Amino acid sequence: MTDNNAALALEDGRVFPGLGFGVEGCATGEIVFNTSMTGYQEILTDPSYYGQIVTMTVPHVGNTGINREDPESRRVWVSGFVLRSLSPLVSNWRNRGDLATYLREHGIIGITGIATRALVRHIRERGVMRAALAHGPLASKPAALAEIARKSPAMAGANLVDAVTASAAYNWTQGSDAQWIEARAEPADGPLVVAYDFGIKRNILRMFADRGLRVTVVPARTPPAEIARMQPAGLFLSNGPGDPAAVDYAIHNVRALLGALPIFGICLGHQILALALGGATEKMRFGHRGGNQPVKNLASGAVEIAAHNHGFAVSAGGDLGGGEVTHINLNDNTVAGLRHRRLRAFSVQYHPEASPGPHDSFYLFDEFVDAVTVKA
Amino acid sequence: MPKRSDIHSIMVIGSGPIVIGQACEFDYSGVQACKALKSLGYRVVLVNSNPATIMTDPQFAHATYIEPLTAPICEMIIAQERPDALLPTVGGQTALNLAVQLQEQGVLERYGVELIGANLTSIQLAEDRQLFKDTMHEIGLRCPESRVVNSVAGALAFAEEIGYPILIRPSYTMGGAGGGVAYDEAELRVVAANGIQQSPIGEALVDRSLLGWKEYELELMRDAKGNFVVVCTIENLDPMGVHTGDSITIAPAQTLTDKEVQRLRNMSRQIFDRLGITTGGANVQFAIDPVAGDVVVIEMNPRVSRSSALASKATGFPIAKIAALLAVGFTLDEIPNDITQQTPASFEPSLDYIVVKIPRWDFRKFAGADPVLGPQMKAVGEVMAIGRTFPESLQKAVRALDIGMDGFISDSSAQTSPEALNVPTAQRLFLVAAALAGGASIDDIVAETHFDPWFVQQMRELLAVHSAIAGAGRRLQDIGAAEMQRIKQFGFSDATLARLLCTNEAAVRQHRSALGVSANFYRVDTCAAEFEAHTPYLYSTYEMEDESAPTDAQKVMILGGGPNRIGQGIEFDYCCVHACFALKEMGYETIMVNCNPETVSTDYDTADRLYFEPLTAEDVMNIVDREQPAGVLVQFGGQTPLNIAADLERMGAPIWGTSVQTIDLAEDRQRCHALMQQLNIAQPAGTTIRSRVEATAAAAQIGYPVLVRPSYVLGGQGMAIVFDEAQLLAWLDKHVAWQGSNVLIDQFLDDAYEVDVDALCDGEQVTIGGIMQHIEQAGVHSGDSACVLPPYKISYFHLDIIREYTRRIGLALGVRGLFNIQFAVKDDQVYVLEVNPRASRTVPFISKATGQPLARYAAQIACGDTLSGLGFTQEPPVAGFFVKEAVFPFQKFPGVDTRLGPEMRSTGEVMGHAATFSHAFVKAQSAAGTPLPESGAVFISVNDFDKAVVTRLARELARLDFDLLATDGTASWLRRAGVAVARVKKLSQGSPHILDAMRAGEIDLIINTPLGGEAHEDGVTIRSQAYALGIPIVTTMSAAAATVQGIKQLREKPLDVRSLQAHYATVN
Repeated sequence: MTDNNAALALEDGRVFPGLGFGVEGCATGEIVFNTSMTGYQEILTDPSYYGQIVTMTVPHVGNTGINREDPESRRVWVSGFVLRSLSPLVSNWRNRGDLATYLREHGIIGITGIATRALVRHIRERGVMRAALAHGPLASKPAALAEIARKSPAMAGANLVDAVTASAAYNWTQGSDAQWIEARAEPADGPLVVAYDFGIKRNILRMFADRGLRVTVVPARTPPAEIARMQPAGLFLSNGPGDPAAVDYAIHNVRALLGALPIFGICLGHQILALALGGATEKMRFGHRGGNQPVKNLASGAVEIAAHNHGFAVSAGGDLGGGEVTHINLNDNTVAGLRHRRLRAFSVQYHPEASPGPHDSFYLFDEFVDAVTVKA
Repeated sequence: MPKRSDIHSIMVIGSGPIVIGQACEFDYSGVQACKALKSLGYRVVLVNSNPATIMTDPQFAHATYIEPLTAPICEMIIAQERPDALLPTVGGQTALNLAVQLQEQGVLERYGVELIGANLTSIQLAEDRQLFKDTMHEIGLRCPESRVVNSVAGALAFAEEIGYPILIRPSYTMGGAGGGVAYDEAELRVVAANGIQQSPIGEALVDRSLLGWKEYELELMRDAKGNFVVVCTIENLDPMGVHTGDSITIAPAQTLTDKEVQRLRNMSRQIFDRLGITTGGANVQFAIDPVAGDVVVIEMNPRVSRSSALASKATGFPIAKIAALLAVGFTLDEIPNDITQQTPASFEPSLDYIVVKIPRWDFRKFAGADPVLGPQMKAVGEVMAIGRTFPESLQKAVRALDIGMDGFISDSSAQTSPEALNVPTAQRLFLVAAALAGGASIDDIVAETHFDPWFVQQMRELLAVHSAIAGAGRRLQDIGAAEMQRIKQFGFSDATLARLLCTNEAAVRQHRSALGVSANFYRVDTCAAEFEAHTPYLYSTYEMEDESAPTDAQKVMILGGGPNRIGQGIEFDYCCVHACFALKEMGYETIMVNCNPETVSTDYDTADRLYFEPLTAEDVMNIVDREQPAGVLVQFGGQTPLNIAADLERMGAPIWGTSVQTIDLAEDRQRCHALMQQLNIAQPAGTTIRSRVEATAAAAQIGYPVLVRPSYVLGGQGMAIVFDEAQLLAWLDKHVAWQGSNVLIDQFLDDAYEVDVDALCDGEQVTIGGIMQHIEQAGVHSGDSACVLPPYKISYFHLDIIREYTRRIGLALGVRGLFNIQFAVKDDQVYVLEVNPRASRTVPFISKATGQPLARYAAQIACGDTLSGLGFTQEPPVAGFFVKEAVFPFQKFPGVDTRLGPEMRSTGEVMGHAATFSHAFVKAQSAAGTPLPESGAVFISVNDFDKAVVTRLARELARLDFDLLATDGTASWLRRAGVAVARVKKLSQGSPHILDAMRAGEIDLIINTPLGGEAHEDGVTIRSQAYALGIPIVTTMSAAAATVQGIKQLREKPLDVRSLQAHYATVN
């Protein structure tokens, strides 16, 4: 018989006991849930989850193990991983290891045997909150653990970008693997795009490379003047963790570059663009995290099934300095995309690069390519 | 886009009789579509030949035609109703094929009917094997190496090129009919010939077999704007080589990474685009190489299917309803998600539970059938279970099957060798359990079964928990709360625990309740709890918190019938749904419990609350405890709920309607017999015997022929008629292992007419719903016999006796609701054969014929209403004739003797109605798929008893210009009687013999009555081949007489069609 040796405590005092895996210890973060039924490896390695303890709603996780191709960055970023049932055996032709070992190697705490649906309903009803996850002795002290959760930093107002951004600029050339995404034989000598790394996912970079763009990824604090010196044809604002309003330097820098070149933003990049245009952002009750969200493209009327991962959103009805809302999330009518025609800037709240999630929104990368391609 | 206003009237085609591969899931989809279209204000014209369906109830359409699903009949309906559009995608392959015929024959164009929800091009691209393959190739997708052939030689040539094993799949058939695997040339000759024969266009696809590859299915929807969603991914436990309908399946897919899922999604979308599927639901099946990950496309169904019914139930996303809305112009984002109410249908459901489907087979009914599963579907039903994990869900699914298993691992799990697992059969899942128990490794199991190791590992976890429960002399009291919780989370039933801990279920339940371990109910919400679920669609689990939120309303629970099987099918779902509607109208909150994903009863908007749970006493009691219903109705779901009624009552469930005591009185043979004697009602002489000596003595005393059956079976299993002592002894040797077995021997009423009566009793009064006469004589199971309402050959004198007996029995038993009695009339004497204190198979048929909702009345009576209160005190009059004909799955079981007998083997039924008996009979035959010929050649071969009768029929046929053929005996007899007949050789006399003539298409009708009791070799082959070739065959003299009469009248006067609504209007 197995005894619980781990626990998840929420700041409101609710405690969920479970079985630990990965490393022992204690971690804190904002507790969030993701409804994607596949793609846990991509989720673990998405820098946007920095500072968050992620619960998967799908019961069995770890089934397909760990492989070399699916990480979205160089490391695991989640603060903790909460599961209903960790798979005891992995089975997939690409498998190179198991989830528990992977988390151990990356120093992350996992917990399984959790009543995840009850946890998700709790979050849905009370909103996201701080939590502490313990694997080891602390697990038997729920009150102390809840206290640790209460003492941990809040997500609102947190600038987490500095922790995840690249330390130096680098170029990206690798495209998608043809077995997953239809090969596009574009020569990689197209226009240069500079990507601000607020926590960028590799699949965004692959999307650019697939379309023949040359990409230079720069740290989040790179000054506008330095970017201008690189003479890029376009600027990309990446996804990333934390409160967009707290990344004041990025908002400032983007404002400085607005109008100078075409800009495309995703997720945090979208929020930063909105703030740079004069809009506002707000914290959502529990955000959108999953691969099944309906986004309506207001221009075409078409619905894209899109991957989402955000806890803040651009306030609806805010002043976007002449910009307009182009996409909405049909589940709750939140702003899912915007465009400023004169300033040649557009952005989406969701993840057109998917990974994990459906590929319905790849067209946005084509639109960016069009925007940065000099027309004769 | 809002709904189309340029069309006003829409014709919907149903799927016809329940057959293997096309069952009541199409009643579910048809009902959803009709309801959706009607609610939008369209005039709905429905045609379906199956009277047992809920969709053919007059309330679901404006004009309901229970008529044969043939192009000429549909043309007549179109001419009469002039619909603007035709929706062919919710009636299975039958509807799709019929729509193609109507379009190709120019009918749709002639009457200006627009095909909606599908177009001919995409149907052809999807259905034609070669075209599909070419199209896939064109868009860069792989299909299995294959070739389309229309001859055996072609198949052999291809096999030479690519090697064995080889898979054969005929074009344009459903449920994989006619498909097969061949491992060598000899097998290929047989399988290819059969496949080509069964394809309506004489064509089959020969594939390289992908045995051992993993199989997946995606359920998809698309709207006219191009919005596209994956409703569900389904993974098959059984690898490629076993038909999806025969596979154990799991949703969502468990062993794919996101990249792999998205690749399948993208391919599906590409296929939709290329095939031009503009709106509606469809599915695509893929095979994946477990070693290298290569993907091949197996097939796409451009319509709502069996798996879309499963996907709808598994996700809460109503595919058929939405397909209907999309067909009339809506887009996905304009349709709300019923369950969350606040979000649109343009999304992909996220599941936070695991769904397991297990098919249910009935091989025991088909002696001689090949029990190996392959590309041709053989299952007659299925169950679905929902649990939080795969182990929990698997265990729930196993006990939902109602096959006497209380979980995945049974005591009788005998030692088995891994090699035995290599062959896919109905038993394989349980053999895996046994092999694991015997110490086989995961690798051993995977090597033999090609199951994904992930599932096998999960099964082994179950075994570990199982061994821990039973370990080292533990007792129930040794199990504490934490362990109990864990055991229940793994899906173990109280029954399993009782078995392992040598105690009883009640004790386990009590101990469990003392420990505070009880089931909680979670909602199926389409969104993994992201949004609040407003629809109470629930499943049980043993995780914390309960989401059922029971109300304080006055509520009644209805127990469904569980998986479809032969003898218990859609008719019972019909009754459950009707009971539910009636109770709703009476102001009760209705609670449905069922585990069959194909049904209307498990649609979340049929009852107020739906519990998708196994129908065991434990599972039902958990719900009773939670909901505290005022009453529980057990008499609508057939035998399954009846079997647990006593247990439920013992545990305190309030059983409404017919009492448990009455049920026992009717079902206990001795007690029932005593009651009949008391009521002065005759029954055939009969006795129970316990040895061979007793058997021969008893049979001699009763007088041959006698009816014999093992005493423990229901539904006629193993029942036979024996004509002499030698046959009796042979039967005993075959069916009875003597230790403690009892055998019932009854007088067989040879040459009797059988009559079925369905009636209602409220305890004070009895009203007969209908009296049906069987067309086949006694000895054929009532479910297999064609029957006619009203009786056509029984005297008023006898009918009055039958009415009186029915009244007496109903009152004496104290029935409160429906009951059914089978009578036989022989030599002026009326006998009672059987009394069933529940809704019967014929209730929907009678209700359709008379317009009287019997199941509804029964529900009202169960809730305390009276027949006078309902105003139903007179046996309803019947205008014209209604003939019910049974439909058999013999095509799927080649080589099985198709002669009808006391064991039921039909899967479904059709109805023909007309002003005359003969026309009604002709329609019923046509609807059953074997239309009677108006000219041609008739082959006659009858036993000696029937020769006198057949002379008259032969003479009649000759007068109608039919050519007659017969083998020696019958031919000489007919010639002596002056009937011109050609002689044809028996099989033993060498070619060209009768079979050659049949295969050459020279025979249009066969009249063949088996010789005595024992099947004659020739007869078996002829009957089996007749089914395979689709030649109408009658095996009893009374059916032959009806057939000849029908043909005669068909030639005198053409058929006409009339909707139920029009019919009722004329009658009233």
